[in-house]
Amino acid sequence: MANPGGGAVCNGNLHTHKTQSHGSQSGDGRKNGVMKETQQNGNSPFYKPIVESFEQAPLHVMVFTYMGYGIGTLFGHFRDFLRNWGIEKCNAAVEREEQKDFVPLYQDFENFYIRNLYMRIRDNWNRPVCSAPGPQFDIMERVSDDYNWTFRLTGRIIKDVINMGSYNFLGLAAKYDESMRTVKDVLEEYGCGVCSTRQEMGTLDKHKELEDLVAKFLNVEAAMVFGMGYATNSMNIPALVGKGCLILSDELNHASLILGARLSGATIRIFKHNNTQNLEKQLRDAIIYGQPRTHRAWKKILILVEGIYSMEGTILHLPQIVALKKKYKAYLYIDEAHSIGAVGPTGRGVVDFFGMDPCDVDVLMGTFTKSFGAAGGYIAGRKELVDYLRVNSHSAAYATSMSPPITEQIIRSIKFIMGTDGSTEGLQRVQQLAKNTRYFRQRLNEMGFIVYGNEESPLIPLLLYMPGKVAAFARHLLQRKIGVVVVGFPATPLADARARICMSAAHTRENLDTVLEALDELGDLLQLKYSRHRKSARPDLYDETSFELED
Amino acid sequence: MDFRRVKEYIAWIYYQYQIISCCSVLEPWEQSMVNTILLTIFAMVVYTAYVFIPVHIRLAWQFFSKICGLHNTISN
Repeated sequence: MANPGGGAVCNGNLHTHKTQSHGSQSGDGRKNGVMKETQQNGNSPFYKPIVESFEQAPLHVMVFTYMGYGIGTLFGHFRDFLRNWGIEKCNAAVEREEQKDFVPLYQDFENFYIRNLYMRIRDNWNRPVCSAPGPQFDIMERVSDDYNWTFRLTGRIIKDVINMGSYNFLGLAAKYDESMRTVKDVLEEYGCGVCSTRQEMGTLDKHKELEDLVAKFLNVEAAMVFGMGYATNSMNIPALVGKGCLILSDELNHASLILGARLSGATIRIFKHNNTQNLEKQLRDAIIYGQPRTHRAWKKILILVEGIYSMEGTILHLPQIVALKKKYKAYLYIDEAHSIGAVGPTGRGVVDFFGMDPCDVDVLMGTFTKSFGAAGGYIAGRKELVDYLRVNSHSAAYATSMSPPITEQIIRSIKFIMGTDGSTEGLQRVQQLAKNTRYFRQRLNEMGFIVYGNEESPLIPLLLYMPGKVAAFARHLLQRKIGVVVVGFPATPLADARARICMSAAHTRENLDTVLEALDELGDLLQLKYSRHRKSARPDLYDETSFELED
Repeated sequence: MDFRRVKEYIAWIYYQYQIISCCSVLEPWEQSMVNTILLTIFAMVVYTAYVFIPVHIRLAWQFFSKICGLHNTISN
């Protein structure tokens, strides 16, 4: 059987036979197979098998979801009518009297949705938090007297709410303790603000130390850090590509990547989420047909992907994409905002997760906001790339550089994860996160919820579908002192509202069991257990057409 | 005892109806409106069924029995 492993290319066809393509396209929760080791050329490594699931809900659920939105829309129109004709007081934004004859500002679907649907359940978002976002945190209680148009704080604080919504993957966002002493010293020595940009007077020795450390952590030649994660993407992509270049961007990319791509002026084409066959087709079309009218060759082709997609919980299919990039000579830009520090046996991100060489990826971008408990972003890669960005990046020229205490917090976190002082606590936390993730996902699947994504991803989307259930879910969980993030339209497709649970290494087994118990009861109360495949302990059979013995 | 369980069950069914049809996020007067409209439609359907279905069934039975009856007499 001449089946190459790891998605390597064979005879010009990309074999993405085994795993992900089945899972994501057929929509069944099948356990997809093991990647076969190749012995052909003897130097392709054994890549990790990818197990993903995107189960579709039963039909009646989708019918009820749309029906619910229909009733909401009907009432929205009815209330808009009452508000327009002055029968009811209008609390939403309206134009001034003088502007009523001009182009209407608030009549599009987005404003309609905000006024009539979002406003009714708005109390589940923007809850004021008044402590560090550790595994437990405190929320300020607030009530609304006029159905969520205005809120007032009652003055009470809900203490020790279990935090399942913060991106606190390694538990490094915590109250002050002795290990943060270096941060306090740096604050005393350097102060808070830098008051300058990188290219003027804002480059501190702390920044140099951090950049060397990041490069060492990621095993690349050089790195550059920026003050804001969103700005890292949106300000540096325009410096790397311009007009005459092609950007192939994943369907579900983050807003910062989309903004950076649009600001650059390059042509943007979108490929289906994590679908390497679609990406290959787009690459081939791009190379064969060239630029739109002149048919000249593209100056550069850049593939923009993320390491972990937060709304779906999927992990990038890195081996296949690297194979594609090498074959078609494109460049790869990976945004590891959610995956750095969270996946991989040593916590070094999605490259480490697959055991690949970081030199295969041209631009490694990431943020320090999630696993490191700080703020800011970095771009790492070859020295020529980073030197070019130091001169040409908009962020280096115009944005204030990173604040010194934050720099020290990141330095402390990276040293903690790497274990430079000899302790293995960082590595233990990474492993604890992986253990928590696997345990939680396995229990959720056993209970019968529909959970999307890769089974190793610490971001766990639990599908809720109906808008009424979204509101009831969040409110009930807060009553039981558990805080989750629920997401609906427009961050997700209209009918796929979900609750996104973020694992943390700081969650103890008791915390997870409390949450799982609450989810179990809530699943029965709200009838959320839609899954038709309750996974058993035995592995599934692979999709064979016949079970006869082959010789 | 049994009565309480039945009441709980009905309350649970009502709650399911509320969250599925988004009534739980509507204001109380809107909920009353939806319930009233739905009950009215349901009452009309029941009334129509009560008045018209027996007559229709009787007529259909006569129609088909006439055909089958004709068939019987011919075959005889």
